Amino acid sequence: MWKSLSAATFAVGLVMGAAAQAEDITIAVASEVTAMDPHYHNTGNNNQIVGLIYDRMLHQDSNQQLQPGLAVEWGPIADDVWQFKLREGVKFHDGSDLTAEDIVFSYERVPNVPNSPSSFATYTAGIAEITVVDDYTMQIRTNGPYPLLPIDLSTIQIVSSENPDATTEDYNAGTASIGSGPYKFVSYTPGESIVLEANQDYWGGAPQFDTVTYRPISSDAARVAALLAGDVDVISGVPTSDISTLEGNPDIVLSQGVSNRVIYLHVDSRRVYSPFVTDNEGNEIFNPLQDVNVRKAISMAIDRDTIVEEVMEGIAIPAGQVLPEGFFGVSDNIEVLEYDPEGAKQLLAEAGYPDGFKLTIHGPNDRYINDEQIAQAIAQMLTRVGIETAVETMPRSVYFGRATGDENGSEFSLMLVGWGSGTGEASSPLRALLATRNDETGLGRTNRGRYSSAPFDATLQMALNTVDDDMRAALLARATEIAMREVGLIPTHFQVNTWGTRKGLSYTPRTDEYTRPTNVVIE
Amino acid sequence: MTVFIIRRLLQSVIVVAVMTVLVFAGVYAIGNPVEILISQDATEAERAAAIARLGLDKSLPQQYLAFLGNLLKGDLGTSFVFGEPALKLVLDRFPATMELAICAMIIAIFIGVPLGLYAGLRPDSWGGRTIMTGSIFGFSLPNFWQGLMLIMLFAVILQWLPAGGRGERGEFLGIESSFFSWDGLSHLILPAINLALFKTSLVIRLTRASVRETINLDYVKFARAKGLKPSRVIGLHVLKNIMIPLVTIIGLEFGSVIAFAVVTETVFAWPGMGKLIIDSIFQLDRPVIVAYLIVIVFLFITINLIVDILYAILDPRVRLSDQKA
Repeated sequence: MWKSLSAATFAVGLVMGAAAQAEDITIAVASEVTAMDPHYHNTGNNNQIVGLIYDRMLHQDSNQQLQPGLAVEWGPIADDVWQFKLREGVKFHDGSDLTAEDIVFSYERVPNVPNSPSSFATYTAGIAEITVVDDYTMQIRTNGPYPLLPIDLSTIQIVSSENPDATTEDYNAGTASIGSGPYKFVSYTPGESIVLEANQDYWGGAPQFDTVTYRPISSDAARVAALLAGDVDVISGVPTSDISTLEGNPDIVLSQGVSNRVIYLHVDSRRVYSPFVTDNEGNEIFNPLQDVNVRKAISMAIDRDTIVEEVMEGIAIPAGQVLPEGFFGVSDNIEVLEYDPEGAKQLLAEAGYPDGFKLTIHGPNDRYINDEQIAQAIAQMLTRVGIETAVETMPRSVYFGRATGDENGSEFSLMLVGWGSGTGEASSPLRALLATRNDETGLGRTNRGRYSSAPFDATLQMALNTVDDDMRAALLARATEIAMREVGLIPTHFQVNTWGTRKGLSYTPRTDEYTRPTNVVIE
Repeated sequence: MTVFIIRRLLQSVIVVAVMTVLVFAGVYAIGNPVEILISQDATEAERAAAIARLGLDKSLPQQYLAFLGNLLKGDLGTSFVFGEPALKLVLDRFPATMELAICAMIIAIFIGVPLGLYAGLRPDSWGGRTIMTGSIFGFSLPNFWQGLMLIMLFAVILQWLPAGGRGERGEFLGIESSFFSWDGLSHLILPAINLALFKTSLVIRLTRASVRETINLDYVKFARAKGLKPSRVIGLHVLKNIMIPLVTIIGLEFGSVIAFAVVTETVFAWPGMGKLIIDSIFQLDRPVIVAYLIVIVFLFITINLIVDILYAILDPRVRLSDQKA
């Protein structure tokens, strides 16, 4: 009797144990990781994975709002000094304590990674001095008022200072891949897989999956097939053309969320002659795009609803500014410009172009969701109001270099581009895309249309020097309103991303487009 | 024989030299990789620093001379993207591609030759015609589509085989390969079939044509008249004489299977050289592109050399010391 009872208990215990046990998960992403060194290459694709192994001073949540990370409290104690209170008892995966020393070491390592094609130095450049007050208190003095410091620090992973000479190869091999994040490094096979295992001692609690495997599958169709076949549990970047069929599949769950990425047109608004603008006979003319009314006419001629409904199959949101609502620094006073072809024709006539002119729109064909089709749709819409528009698209490896051009400006006149706000607030696109280009301060670095406006620059500069959050948000919104009124660029839509999961799982979308096991929900 | 091999190797050095000049100029003309690599938030100073770090601030001839200098030291440069030696990146992925290519060629030969033989011996039979019609599909269906259909059928609908990726490697005699584990083989089957379909059709058609030609020659008629068994006539007299064109084609095709497995590797997410080269071209990672092409050029030369040596074994009339070789 006793025996059979204990056997029964044992069996129940086994079943319970199996149910309570966390699962393994395989995630397919579109691009390959270039290194496991968290300071080597600043790309979203790398950051989404190394951010699981390492921890940061502050976290960005699914909506890119700042949350406590290794710092539990933070704030300015002067205009140019910030104080951070560190979390106590945080341990690295090898059991050693994470201290202020490791944080200082990490910030110092960032600008000095050899061969780094794209370093994180931008985010540490504002730091003048770091003072370790005690084991759990740090003060950072910045070069002038620097309200973006907490956001910038949320991008930098903290590595262990016990490996002072670790190279990128050491991180790739795993010998130096010691972090304090929710998952531990297990293996990295380039082109094939990255395997992580749960860190049961994570300060935020043990993660829900035992093992996480990332697999790069670049072909859209193959990625969807891998999900359908049950090879993988989660995929990112479900192509819009597959969404309607997958929605009817009971074994698949789709999750959608707006991203921080705006798709927009940069307009050559400074040069007297623009390379791809001619009159209707093909003769060179003074650049009509200098005229704000012509730019406005172009914007009014674009039927954003049709682009969203027809080209994007409903999976996008029409845009009137550079970030969707809900983000920090977005203006509540800007409406999406209404489609008005008659009004556009009238504006063109008033500007002195009753018969329109000729233009070429350039765009990439492998960078954004349906980018080539969007460029074609816009060209047809512009042609309808009298601006005869040709389309030329090219692979991104050719496109972006030519779009940026040299000191004489872009090689193009009207170009389709996108911008994701890495900081999750409005200053990122405003600084890069609309500020007057200044190589010393780095402002306007990606201002390919060379829009330049004194009131805009002044308002933005004021915002960048304002540490008070509410005031800065208002100033950023004001700057956005100026730029949109002067049509510094023409936003078309915000990209919406789609994740696919197998039945029983779903994904909480992230505005930064990251695909992470921490956002997977077990239902 | 030795002279022959040395001459071949010298020729290959010239081919490699010309090829590197073309690739250098070509990739330079496409654009600047820094635009793709660098973070969008980077300042102008950081951008300039990255350009200098990658050596892209120098003129094209200077960059090429620096490359040649390093090449003499056996260094093919460091990948712009991965920061690791380009040759190492290529060679790390070489075994995966070789596995795929060998498996595909085995399928092509062991299916293609018997079917082609049958179709050649019985050209008017129902079976012979079916084989020839089938081989047209192998030729004309796009590789990419074939791959997706294989995945849909065997991975999604039937769920017999995985949809892609490389499985676990088994170890045998110290060699680690997908051939030695069931999981590895199950991952290998679909991409290998995808890669083999075109080659199989080619081998079928070539075998059939050669058999049709040989079967009517006098020595075959004579062998038959002598009363030799059909199996001996076909197995010895016919097969041996159709081997020369077959070996040529199989040799060349083996090279092209390795070099152009790009589509299959992309569809099946197979971590081989083809996928690496495609990604590298998209990111203008010039050192990797150059290293890959050098490896491929040497591979083709080696295969051709082996084919030439095989000729001599198959056909005693061919002498490799011949000046025209």
